[in-house]
Amino acid sequence: MKLSALHQSYLSRRSNSFRSSGPLDSSSDGGYKSPAAVFWIILHCLCCLISLVLGFRFSRLVFFLLFSTSSSNLYTPPFRSAVELAKTLDVHSVLSTNSVANNFRLPFPNKTASNSRVVVGRHGIRIRPWPHPDPVEVMKAHRILERVQKEQRLQFGVKDPRTIIAVTPTYVRTFQALHLTGVMHSLMVVPYDLVWIVVEAGGVSNETASLIEKSGLKTIHVGINQRMPNSWDERHKLESIMRLHALRIVREKKLDGIVMFADDSNMHSMELFDEIQNVKWFGAVSVGILATSANIDESSDRKEEEENPRMPIQGPACNASNMLAGWHTFNTLPFAGKSAVNIDDRLTVLPRKLEWSGFVLNSRLLWKDGEDKPDWIKDIDMLDGDVESPLGLITDPSVVEPLGSCGRQVLLWWLRVEARADSKFPPRWIIDPPLDITVPSKRTPWPDTPPELPVKEKPEMGIQEPIVKHTTKTRTSRSKHRSKRKHETRTDTQVSTKHSEQN
Amino acid sequence: MRKCCFWGLLFIAFGFAWRVTAEHNPRTERISGSAGDVLEDDPVGKLKVYVYELPSKYNKKILQKDPRCLSHMFAAEIYMHRFLLSSPVRTLNPEEADWFYTPIYATCDLTPTGLPLPFKSPRMLRSAIQLISSSWPYWNRTEGADHFFVVPHDFGACFHYQEEKAIERGILPILRRATLVQTFGQQNHVCLKEGSITIPPYAPPQKMQARHIPPETPRSIFVYFRGLFYDVNNDPEGGYYARGARAAVWENFKNNPLFDISTDHPTTYYEDMQRSIFCLCPLGWAPWSPRLVEAVVFGCIPVIIADDIVLPFADAIPWEEIGVFVAEEDVPKLDTILTSIPPEVILRKQRLLANPYMKRAMLFPQPALPGDAFHQILNGLARKLPHKKSVYLKPGEKILNWTAGPVGDLKPW
Repeated sequence: MKLSALHQSYLSRRSNSFRSSGPLDSSSDGGYKSPAAVFWIILHCLCCLISLVLGFRFSRLVFFLLFSTSSSNLYTPPFRSAVELAKTLDVHSVLSTNSVANNFRLPFPNKTASNSRVVVGRHGIRIRPWPHPDPVEVMKAHRILERVQKEQRLQFGVKDPRTIIAVTPTYVRTFQALHLTGVMHSLMVVPYDLVWIVVEAGGVSNETASLIEKSGLKTIHVGINQRMPNSWDERHKLESIMRLHALRIVREKKLDGIVMFADDSNMHSMELFDEIQNVKWFGAVSVGILATSANIDESSDRKEEEENPRMPIQGPACNASNMLAGWHTFNTLPFAGKSAVNIDDRLTVLPRKLEWSGFVLNSRLLWKDGEDKPDWIKDIDMLDGDVESPLGLITDPSVVEPLGSCGRQVLLWWLRVEARADSKFPPRWIIDPPLDITVPSKRTPWPDTPPELPVKEKPEMGIQEPIVKHTTKTRTSRSKHRSKRKHETRTDTQVSTKHSEQN
Repeated sequence: MRKCCFWGLLFIAFGFAWRVTAEHNPRTERISGSAGDVLEDDPVGKLKVYVYELPSKYNKKILQKDPRCLSHMFAAEIYMHRFLLSSPVRTLNPEEADWFYTPIYATCDLTPTGLPLPFKSPRMLRSAIQLISSSWPYWNRTEGADHFFVVPHDFGACFHYQEEKAIERGILPILRRATLVQTFGQQNHVCLKEGSITIPPYAPPQKMQARHIPPETPRSIFVYFRGLFYDVNNDPEGGYYARGARAAVWENFKNNPLFDISTDHPTTYYEDMQRSIFCLCPLGWAPWSPRLVEAVVFGCIPVIIADDIVLPFADAIPWEEIGVFVAEEDVPKLDTILTSIPPEVILRKQRLLANPYMKRAMLFPQPALPGDAFHQILNGLARKLPHKKSVYLKPGEKILNWTAGPVGDLKPW
């Protein structure tokens, strides 16, 4: 009796399966066999032959059913012939299982009488009539999962999470929808309470308002009257002013929580929001700088690889004892003279020395009359003009707490990508009125003919013929795709096809 | 004066009680009541065990022949021996011993693929008992009633892996009076005799410790199971293996995204268990499996699908409060059953499972720790003391029949 090695190696881990026991089986008494046992063996061989012919297992149990009264004591388990059965296993499957075993119970009466209601032997495999998930139960399960995860967060996550106050300066432009939607979706997933302060250059606009109201978050949308200038330098300066404006709002409304700067084109990870909960007064995280290098020629590419082998990171630098020792800033030398000046320059956009987004502060620092406010924070009402980075808000840079295992974890990425200054986009990204038809669809369900377009006769028809034949046969309405190619005109009763210009 | 004293005492008592409850960790829950106390019992001082000195052909030589015995799920017998040799409950004076232990590794006869062959075990045990009954007087004194044996085989001391054959053989006749420490447990079954101690199968503690993931990783899998549903080699149609229960689980829930069940064997098996809320522990050819131990260690609520099973240390651990029991006939309704458990009950079960004493009671760590499975076995033995007077036989009285059992068992080993 051989058992396949493959199965065995798996089985040996988990289940108890049968091992080759032939001559070692001390419990098998060799010797006489009763006539009924012989009869069963002959029947078994017959069934095996039938199975070989038929191609699926023809079970002896059918006979057992028919002659069910006799010989229950001599019922030999079917395992001895596992190898013979293995030959006929091909179409084995669920089919035979279902047909033979479904809703069918055949208990094996034990020789030794036991009061157990659990019997050894073949049992039916119970399958309910519709073995598919029930949506109500799936919802219940999801609620259980949510509750368990909430409990896990309570036990192992941050204790007493504070509200997050996210400050985002923005203005209306083509890429605003792209960037702002990204930030909005990140903030919607944050598991803590959130207040989103959106400061808009050029005044409060409906465009931004309509984007923000879909978030469902608590938002404060303010505008400042200056328009966003076109050069990056000026833009950075105006953004700083906008952020200070937001901080003044935090002070006025006495918002309590952790202020973080979520620039609208940045990318935030969820771990960032968990990590900043650990800040006490003023913290810094590492920001990965994704400086887009649009137009770099070969030589500078290689040079850059030598000098900046890793992705540039701005953030706190620690010494061996995990104390703040200094700052990593972005190395702008390789880009000297080759950086973008205006927003639509197709050159690398450089960040400033230290970006605002890499810093977080406790909102109580901004309050007028905080009880235990440290003395190294400047009063923001006293500041005017441009503060290049939040370090300008404090007098002593050594009090900054490095977060994210001392700056080793990069928790957010800085990116500046903008469209051309003169690019237009439909207001609120709703196409109204509908655009002109540039290319008509080939097959429309309506019998009206689509508008005529000027066509040019194309000389090469031969190649296109087989394609056309195929399309008319299949009669699919994938004509928009097909219409880009050259077609023959065909007159159908229902549908007319046209030449269309390949653009 | 007296009134002042009384109020002072009351205040102190109140303060003490308040402090004690304040220290109660909200993350884990102690199984309160008699069961929980029993789990934390210390057996040292409550019993004395004498370990027979058998020739090494019964233990060390077998292990040398096949060192795989140290890591498979039947390894409890080996580790129990090692634990007892250096335990404070061991006594070198057999006169004062309450229990006698015979160090014999009966499951260590392995096939090339690592499964134990039980065919020589009865003969081995017979030979060992003949040795101890002739070299020491303690066996004949009670005919083994104050001796215990560790038999972690599939069906305990019935010494066969196939249930019908095991039932036919019954418990080895010469062990009829001894206490059996076994992994198999099923109510009203021939192979579980009254007074046996059920233990968990061996699961390697270091391997499991090494694979812990941070506890804040959210549990996102609802039901998890990895293993066979159909034993294609031995029972291709289904219906015999696991009494059709595993096949029923597959057929009913293979399309259900809440059930992460398959026969794959992923490398992240332990990590996945820690990300699941429920872990299925259905029966296989025998009702017990190491899955229960793994589920408890990884904090996954065990869903036990095995009718009439007797779980390890059932008198010390309130399994009803920790796991979910589903009758085999209710398997098609498993999703309804599991989703209708109220979340508070689930959270309570998770808290009970998070109790480190609970996890420790299922493991066989080396070196032994207080409250681990070794100690639970000793607690179980201690609870059976003192022996009844009827255990000691009168001179000339003989109860055991040494020639009972199949002829093959009587051959010398």
